[in-house]
Amino acid sequence: MAAKPVLYYFDGRGKMESIRWLLAAAGVEFEEVFLETREQYEKLLQSGVLMFQQVPMVEIDGMKLVQTRAILNYIAGKYNLYGKDLKERALIDMYVGGTDDLMGFLLSFPFLSAEDKVKQCAFVVQKATSRYFPAYEKVLKDHGQDFLVGNRLSWADIHLLEAILMLEEKKSDALSGFPLLQAFKKRISSIPTIKKFLAPGSKRKPISDDKYVETVRRVLRMYYDVKPN
Amino acid sequence: MSGKPVLHYPNTRGRMESVRWLLAAAGVEFEEKFLEKKEDLQKLQSDGFLLFQQVPMVEIDGMKLVQTRAILNYIAGKYNLYGKDVKERALIDMYVEGMADLYELIMMNVVQPADKKEEHLANALDKATNRYFPVFEKILNHGHDFLVGNKLSRADVSLLETILVVEERKPDALAKFPLLQSFKARISNIPNIKKFLQPGSQRKPPLQEKDIPSLMAIFH
Repeated sequence: MAAKPVLYYFDGRGKMESIRWLLAAAGVEFEEVFLETREQYEKLLQSGVLMFQQVPMVEIDGMKLVQTRAILNYIAGKYNLYGKDLKERALIDMYVGGTDDLMGFLLSFPFLSAEDKVKQCAFVVQKATSRYFPAYEKVLKDHGQDFLVGNRLSWADIHLLEAILMLEEKKSDALSGFPLLQAFKKRISSIPTIKKFLAPGSKRKPISDDKYVETVRRVLRMYYDVKPN
Repeated sequence: MSGKPVLHYPNTRGRMESVRWLLAAAGVEFEEKFLEKKEDLQKLQSDGFLLFQQVPMVEIDGMKLVQTRAILNYIAGKYNLYGKDVKERALIDMYVEGMADLYELIMMNVVQPADKKEEHLANALDKATNRYFPVFEKILNHGHDFLVGNKLSRADVSLLETILVVEERKPDALAKFPLLQSFKARISNIPNIKKFLQPGSQRKPPLQEKDIPSLMAIFH
């Protein structure tokens, strides 16, 4: 009997969302424990299950994994979404690094003032359309295949789809000028496990709102101002 | 054509230093092409060598790898410094990512505004002594010489690198950590690493404030 992975995080996207995407795409059911109070967090800290006193934490295969990248690498490797050899893994790591940087610009977004949100939005859209989307469009153009790496679905495709959808939430026509990415988006979205994750009722989280910000600040006692890039 | 990896970056630690450490620890000779002015970066960009227009970039095995983690993962995998299975890799990744967070904190101190520097450093050193070092001291309680799988891995290299960077700012940072002290001595003595720690190696010195303007000029 394989116990389901258990995800410890806030009830929101943050750094856990990419993990939810990857598990869902791999067809792996998981459970979630949402941090809501400071007391809950302090109890977790005292129990010693958070190696560096931080979340995300995922209980999986007898381990209490922390550090988003470690968790993602493990899941990708376990479910055959990490390429077939070192060189494919290098490509996947490169591509995921890019989408991670791009989505990283949006991590602090919910915590910004209204004015800074406008600035940050423009900043992210500019980076997406001038740096990142052109890179992935070229990758797809150069090999003409359906997936970014090795002619089969990998973590890189899932992560790119996540990034595309996040950008489109900020600018609905973010993909205009990128025909291959548009086709890519349709194609990856219609993969059954991913289609299911994109449908209502899944564990995918909505855009973070003020309630989320309040919860994070309260639980982590993180009251400083967050600045845009 | 030497076939040695070629590292493209300014002549500074920055995000390339951990790559230099790992190659050195693996006993791999490498060449460096230093970016000195903006035009050097622009040339790499217009030649299409930088997937996301950024450095670090490492030419290795016919690839032009960018993204520090991608580069490090590849080198670690190629030179058997990444554990023997997925579970060891998970441990290594956890440790290495934690250390990267600490390393970044310390490295960012030099670019903090003058009025925030002291507080920022205090916070970083506090994290080192209360969050990160205790974890690795505890792990070494297993009594083995290395962090994972009883053999040298990138986690050990990363921990030594991080310890040294913290000690540059606080020489007695390991005062309360006897196992880390002997770890440091032991890993520093490994021939490839010992060589890298000596003068004349490709290891870079800490960033000086006076060098920041010329560095910024390359990127902005």
